[in-house]
Amino acid sequence: MQPIRTFSSRTVVLPFTNIDTDQIIPARFLTTTTKEGLGKQAFADWRYDATGAPKTDFVLNRPEAAGCSILVAGRNFGCGSSREHAPWALLDYGFRAVVSTEIADIFRSNSLKNGLLPIVVDERTHAWLLKNPGVSVAVDLQASALTLPDGTAVEFPIEAFARYCLLNGVDELGFLLQQAEAIARYEHTHA
Amino acid sequence: MKPKTLFEKVWEQHEVVPETADTPAVLYIDLHLIHEVTTPQAFAQLRAQNLQVRRPDRTLATLDHSTPTDPAEVFGRVPIKVESAGRQVREMEKNCREFGIDLLGLGSEQRGIVHVIGPELGATQPGKTIVCGDSHTATHGAFGALAFGIGTTEVGHVLATQCLLQRRPKTLAIEVQGRLRDAVTAKDVILAIIGKIGVAGGTGHVIEYRGGAIEALSMDERMTVCNMSIEGGARAGMIAPDETTFAYLKGRPFAPSGEAWDRAVESWRTLQTDKGAQYDRIVEIDANALEPMITYGTNPGMVVPITASVPDHPDDAIHAKSLAYMGLHGGEPLLGKPVQVVFVGSCTNARLSDLEQAARVLRGRKVASGVRMLVVPGSQQVKREAEARGLDQVFTDAGAEWRESGCSMCIGMNGDTVAKGQYAVSTSNRNFEGRQGPGARTLLASPLTAAAAAVAGRVSDPREFLRS
Repeated sequence: MQPIRTFSSRTVVLPFTNIDTDQIIPARFLTTTTKEGLGKQAFADWRYDATGAPKTDFVLNRPEAAGCSILVAGRNFGCGSSREHAPWALLDYGFRAVVSTEIADIFRSNSLKNGLLPIVVDERTHAWLLKNPGVSVAVDLQASALTLPDGTAVEFPIEAFARYCLLNGVDELGFLLQQAEAIARYEHTHA
Repeated sequence: MKPKTLFEKVWEQHEVVPETADTPAVLYIDLHLIHEVTTPQAFAQLRAQNLQVRRPDRTLATLDHSTPTDPAEVFGRVPIKVESAGRQVREMEKNCREFGIDLLGLGSEQRGIVHVIGPELGATQPGKTIVCGDSHTATHGAFGALAFGIGTTEVGHVLATQCLLQRRPKTLAIEVQGRLRDAVTAKDVILAIIGKIGVAGGTGHVIEYRGGAIEALSMDERMTVCNMSIEGGARAGMIAPDETTFAYLKGRPFAPSGEAWDRAVESWRTLQTDKGAQYDRIVEIDANALEPMITYGTNPGMVVPITASVPDHPDDAIHAKSLAYMGLHGGEPLLGKPVQVVFVGSCTNARLSDLEQAARVLRGRKVASGVRMLVVPGSQQVKREAEARGLDQVFTDAGAEWRESGCSMCIGMNGDTVAKGQYAVSTSNRNFEGRQGPGARTLLASPLTAAAAAVAGRVSDPREFLRS
């Protein structure tokens, strides 16, 4: 995985609360056996009509959404299923961060393991971002901060080890594999 | 010694390395359940890094999610209709073969929905840590196990190391006191809980369900409650093991036997939350006041008693969007709403007692004309037991379809779907937009309420069908 330090982008806003992983990627696309190419199916049922043509009124289909890599969404983003296809689809689409006031547990964990930043901000910042789609914001992972257009830096919480791994492009599995001795000891005493 | 909760006891017994400010705990996983949908990429990762499965003996593999329920497809008389699902099934067979994992595959008499077969085989036991690439893994918490859903990267971690990196969650006690009234089921209890705490109410927490009304539940019912913990935002939900738990497990294929059984029960008895142990939060529910529940919106927290009307929030655009999807209006009664599909199945409500409940309503009655009813047992064992009791005959006599086990219409990725615009009363766990098929409108309810809707052809109060 590539190290993540800083990036900036205009935002795209999906103001709905409780956007579940079935919306992020519907279950019928989960019969794949790879991680690749899921971006075209992200938000499929909101993005395309029954014939597969893009719905012109959906925010991701508007010209101003092109190139935006920061998604601002309503409270409790990513609830529901544990499918890691959800962050895979968002990353493949081109998103690098999701901003909300609350992000569901399993989705957050899955996102961190793939380099999609789950950014939880306070309600005031969130309300402002919802009302001002398309603003340019900057993410600094080292500082764990989101910088708004007026220069205000809003700190966001991020689990220390996940942050370390993302900053250094390190895979968590490598760390777990290094615990082999402790794991063997545990298995021996708990057999 | 400091009094501890059930969760704390199980967590601490599985810390290979405790957490620090810099690193999460290394948590040992006793049982890893795997299925065809969330594992292919994990096996690919093992291959890419030349890693083996550390403990095939602690890995229980089956086919359920994208697996068809049509007998001809299941038993290979015709090809699997959803081609990509067929490829996924074959990929799972290959992965299990190459990594030395026993697969309860298409022909296996022990196959079924992963959260139904774990308990049924006795692999699910009190005090264990259990994970699966599926958010309904919380089901196993009904036995006093710490069980939670994980993503595919974590599936790879467990396959390779039998461990996970985890931060310790907070605890939420949900105390359900009192007694359930007639026709109020475990499904109604958990829907009412989600209605109360909200779909994010349990985020960051492990729930412990406690109190007289929980203790009075059978294991099947406890599993229904724990199953939907994730619908309240909690990755895990637990119930302290007791005599009901032990009686259920005794004699099951993977349960200990002889002296080992006695030792196991002795240790399982210590898992109860200690008097004086602290939870981060406590929520109280009065069981006496609960009614049969039904959802009206597009998340499981949008739920009301069946006799209530659709809530009206004229200024709430998100509520309006949800009702527009559902084709419902604020203030409209749910009773009497015509339905086109009834689904009895899923890891929430497809165990034997669920099918018995549905049969209680259907016996001697017919599914209304214009309604398609699908009854999908949770496992092949549930199917055999149901058939031994003649339940299949009750369903087919009524005009319902009786299938092989699987996730079926709960997830709609296996050929079983609800058509655009149709209303389906489902015993499953999610009423999200498109969950049962693009444009499908799901009303979640208990097996009693689902069967009542099938007979009437419209949303109905199950109590009316149990009086006669």
